[in-house]
Amino acid sequence: MAVLRRSVLPGFRLSLGYTVFYLSLMVLIPLGALVVKSGTLSWHDFYTTVTDDFVISAYKLSLGASLAAAAINGVMGLLVAWVLVRYRFPGRKIFDAIVDLPFALPTAVAGITFADIFATNTWLNAYGNDWYRVTLVLIFVGLPFVIRTVQPVLQDWDTETEQAAMSLGAGPVTIFRRVIFPVLFPAWISGVALAFARCVGEYGSVIFVSGNIPGKSQIVPQLIIEKLYLPPDENGVTGVAHATSIGLVLLLISLSILLVLNAIDYLSRRHDR
Amino acid sequence: MNAALGTIAVSLTAVLSFASPARAASQALLNVSYDSTRELYEEIDQAFVADYATRHAGQKPDVQQSHAGSGKQARAVVDGLRADVVTLALGADIDAIVKGGLINEGWQSELSNNSSPYTSTIVFLVRKGNPKAVKDWGDLIKPDIKVITPNPKTSGGARWNFLAAWGYAAQVKGHDFSNADSAVAAEKAGKEAKEFPAFDDAKGKAFVEALFKNVPVLDSGARGSTVTFAQKGLGDVLISWENEAWLAQEEYKDQFEIVYPSVSILAEPPVAIVDKNVDERGTRALAEDYLKFLYSEPGQEIIAANHYRPRDTAVLSRYADKLPAIPLFTIDESFGGWTNAQKHFFNDGGVFDQIYKVNK
Amino acid sequence: MKSPTPTPLSDAHGLPRHLRRPGSVVVQWSLTLIVVLFLSAFIIWPVVNVFRGAFSKGVDQYVKTFYVPTPADTSTLSRAEKRQLAKDQSQAERTREAVMMTVSVAAIVVPLNTIFGIAAAWAITKFKFRGKTLLISLIDLPFSVSPVVSGLIFVLLMGRVGIFGDWATHLNWPWPWSAYWRGFDVSWFPIGFAEWKQGVIFTPLATALASAFVTFPFVARSLIPLMASQGVEQEQAALTLGAKGRQMFFRVTLPAIKWGLIYGVILCTARAVGEFGAVSVVSGNTNANDTMPLRIEKIWQSYNTQQAFSLASLLATVSVATLLLKIFVDRKKAQQSLETSPGKTAQGAVK
Repeated sequence: MAVLRRSVLPGFRLSLGYTVFYLSLMVLIPLGALVVKSGTLSWHDFYTTVTDDFVISAYKLSLGASLAAAAINGVMGLLVAWVLVRYRFPGRKIFDAIVDLPFALPTAVAGITFADIFATNTWLNAYGNDWYRVTLVLIFVGLPFVIRTVQPVLQDWDTETEQAAMSLGAGPVTIFRRVIFPVLFPAWISGVALAFARCVGEYGSVIFVSGNIPGKSQIVPQLIIEKLYLPPDENGVTGVAHATSIGLVLLLISLSILLVLNAIDYLSRRHDR
Repeated sequence: MNAALGTIAVSLTAVLSFASPARAASQALLNVSYDSTRELYEEIDQAFVADYATRHAGQKPDVQQSHAGSGKQARAVVDGLRADVVTLALGADIDAIVKGGLINEGWQSELSNNSSPYTSTIVFLVRKGNPKAVKDWGDLIKPDIKVITPNPKTSGGARWNFLAAWGYAAQVKGHDFSNADSAVAAEKAGKEAKEFPAFDDAKGKAFVEALFKNVPVLDSGARGSTVTFAQKGLGDVLISWENEAWLAQEEYKDQFEIVYPSVSILAEPPVAIVDKNVDERGTRALAEDYLKFLYSEPGQEIIAANHYRPRDTAVLSRYADKLPAIPLFTIDESFGGWTNAQKHFFNDGGVFDQIYKVNK
Repeated sequence: MKSPTPTPLSDAHGLPRHLRRPGSVVVQWSLTLIVVLFLSAFIIWPVVNVFRGAFSKGVDQYVKTFYVPTPADTSTLSRAEKRQLAKDQSQAERTREAVMMTVSVAAIVVPLNTIFGIAAAWAITKFKFRGKTLLISLIDLPFSVSPVVSGLIFVLLMGRVGIFGDWATHLNWPWPWSAYWRGFDVSWFPIGFAEWKQGVIFTPLATALASAFVTFPFVARSLIPLMASQGVEQEQAALTLGAKGRQMFFRVTLPAIKWGLIYGVILCTARAVGEFGAVSVVSGNTNANDTMPLRIEKIWQSYNTQQAFSLASLLATVSVATLLLKIFVDRKKAQQSLETSPGKTAQGAVK
C-alpha cells in the first residue's frame, strides 16, 4: 500500500501494520485456504460439483426462501418503519426497541423456539412444507435490516414536500409512490439486500426446522455439512473439496450481492449530487 | 486501561512463545461415538471411572464423550479430533479412519466378536395405539404413511435402516441369534458367502424408492430423527435403532409403541482404539482398559439395561423380555460387508443418490 | 439524506391537522395494528416462548438445569434413583461448563477484536492512504461469509490434513484456567500452567478462532464512522499543546470514542456468545468444547425441551440486556458525536 501521509498524528505505521497483520491472520489466510482447497479440484470437477442436481436445488431453496423472506421483510419493514416514525401509539418505544432482538438473539435459541412453536401450534403447519417453515424463520432472522435502514431516512424526512403534494390534490397512494418511496429507495433496497445476504448463509436457526431432504428441503449450509463428512471415495477424494467448492460459490453469491448493493448506493449518491 | 492493555499484550506474547510446556501425565480419554449412544456411554463412563479407580489406587481418568452422526464423527477424527477410542455405528466408518492413517489395519480382529461388544437391530416406533396399523416393512410404503429416518450420508443408523429395508424386500436369509448354535452358523455363512444377488435386486430397489417417497425429513443423525418424530410430532413411523426406540418410549411415557418387524438386520456397531492418537498421547493402556470394560459383565449389564443386545448370553437371557428374538440377517452374508455396501449404496452417485434423483 | 433539519416528531401524525383526510385515522390505526401484530408474532412470541418453555415445569426444574443438589440423606435412594441423580448432576455440570466456556471464549475474542478495531479505525480515519476502500471492504468480509463456511475454513487450515495441519496438530498451548504463580526461578516469566492442550482444531482454541472470525468487523465498523466524523483537529490540538502520543490517545481520542467503542464491544460480545454454525463445525461435538448454543442443541437432542429452553432463556436474557444497554449507549453515542464534532477546541481535554 503506497502511503500518502499528510497527517502529523502518530501511530500510523503501528496501527496500519497491526491492522493488516491481524486482518491477514484472522481473515485473509483462512479465506485463502478456502480458495486454495477448492483449487485442488479440476475445473471440470468443480463445475460438476456445484451444478449437481442436489446442489442446484439447495441453492434454489436457500436463495428462494431468502428472497421470499427478504421481499416480505421489504414490505413489512417499510410499513413497520413508517408506523414507528410517523404514528404515536401506546408501547411504541417498546416495539421500536425490540426490532433489534433478532440481531441479538443467538440463532440456536431462535431455532429451538421456532421448532417448538411449529410443533405445538399444529395449525401453523397446515401448509407445512419446508419452504414455508424456512421462510418464516428467515423473516425473523432478517427482520431488523430493512426497518433499521429505512427508519433514519424517514426520521430526517421533511414533510413539506408531502404537504405540498397533498395540497396539490395528490392522494396518499400517489404521494407514497411518487414522493416518499423514491427518496426511501436507496436505503430500502440496501436493507433488503442486507437481509437477503444474511439469510442466504443462515444455518443455526434453519436446521431446527428444515427437513434436510436432498433435492427438496436441504439448504446450502446443510449440504456443505453433509458433503464435508462424506467418507473418502475410491480415489481418496474426500468430501472436503466438494464442500469447499459449494462454500466458495455461496461466498461469491454473498459478495456479489454486497457489490450490487454498493453500486446502487454509489449510483444513487451520484444521482443526488 | 493503559497498564491493563500492556499486561494483556505482554502476557499473550510471553505465554505463546516462552512458557515451556510441562505436560502433566495425561489421564484423559476421549470416546468418539455415534448419535444414539449418549445415554449408554454416560453410564458406562461413570461405572468405568469408578471401576478404574478401585483398581488403580483411586486414580480417576477424565473420560469425555463426543456424539454425532457416525460418518460425521469418522470425518472429524480424520480431520484431527483427538479420539482415543472410537465406538461408531458401523465398520465402514472405522475403515474411513483407517484410510486416514490413524488406525492400523486389522482392527476388527483386535477384540472378540468382530470388535463389536454388543449388537442391535432396527425396529419401528409408532404413535400410541398404532393408528396407521404398521405391522411390518411392507406397511411403510403405503401412500398415506409418513416415515422418519435419518440421512444415510451422515448417519450410520440410517444406513442400517436402509439396508434393513432393502434386505426385507430382497428376501435375504435371516437367522435366530438368540440361539448360540444358530448364531455361530450365521457368522460362518457370512464368512463363506461369495455372491450377493441382493445388490441388484429389483424388488429391493423399488421398495426402497417407494419408502423414501414417504420420508418428509432426513435429519443428519439418528437422534435428530427421533427428536423430529417425538418432539416435533412429524411422521407416523420412525425407523430406528432398537435402543433409540426404547429410550424414546421411556422418555415420553405412553405416547409411543415399539413394533418389531418380521425380519430385520443384525447391526454390529464396532469399537476400536485410534492407534496414532493413543501412542502420541500415551493413553493406550487406558483406552484398552476402557474397551475391555465394555466386554466385562458389569459393562454388558449396562449395555443390556440401555437396550442394546449384549454378547454375553447370560446377560442377554436376563433381558430376553425386552430384547425379543426376531430373525436377523447379516451384512456379511447379504451384502458382503460394509466396504461393498458403502460403495454401492451410499457414496456420491450411489443407489441412494439415484433414488433421490428419481424422486425429484 | 435530503433535508438537513429533522422534522420535529412532536407532531404526532406527521401532517398538520387541516391536511388530514377523513378516513386517514382508520388507515393509521389499521396500519399500526398490522405492525403490532407482525412484531408480536415474529419477535415477541418466539422470545416469550423461550421463557414459557424454560419455566414450564416450575422454578425447581429450571434451577436443576444448572445445579442439582445432593440430598442430605442419599441412603434412602434406590440404585436407579442414585444413578439418575448422578446423571442429572453430571448434566448440570456440563451445562455450567458450557456457560464457562462461552464466557472464556468471549473474554479472549472480544479484547482481541477491540484492540484490532481501535487500530484499524485509527489508521483508516486519521490518515490518508491508497487502498483504504479495499481495506474497509476486507474488514467487512466476515459479515458476508456463511457461519458454516467460517467454521469450514478453519478445518481446512488447521485440520490434521489441512494446510497447517502438521504444525497445528502438534501445537501445545496453555490452558488459561490452570495458570499458577511459579515465581522467577524457572524462567523470567513467572506464571506457569498446570495443564497444556495440544492441537487447534476441535479444541477450545478453534472455538475462539472461529468466534474471532465471525465477530471480527464489529468494533471496527462501529468506530470508523464515528471517528471519521470527528476528524483530526482535536488530536492535532493536543499534540500542539505538547501532549505525547499516548497522552493524546488516552486523554483525547479514547474519551471521544468511548460510547462508540462500548457499542461495538456490546455487539461483538453478543455475537461471540451466541455464535452457533461456525463453532459447531470446529467443536467436534465434544462435550468439552460445548459453548452455550451448542449445549442447547445437545440438551434439545436429549429430549429435554424444558432444560434446553432454560439454558436458552439465559442467552435470551443476555440479548434483551444487550438491547437495553444498546439503547442507552446509542443515546450517549448520539450526544457524543454532537459534542465532539469538529470545530470544538481540544484545550479542555489536555490539562
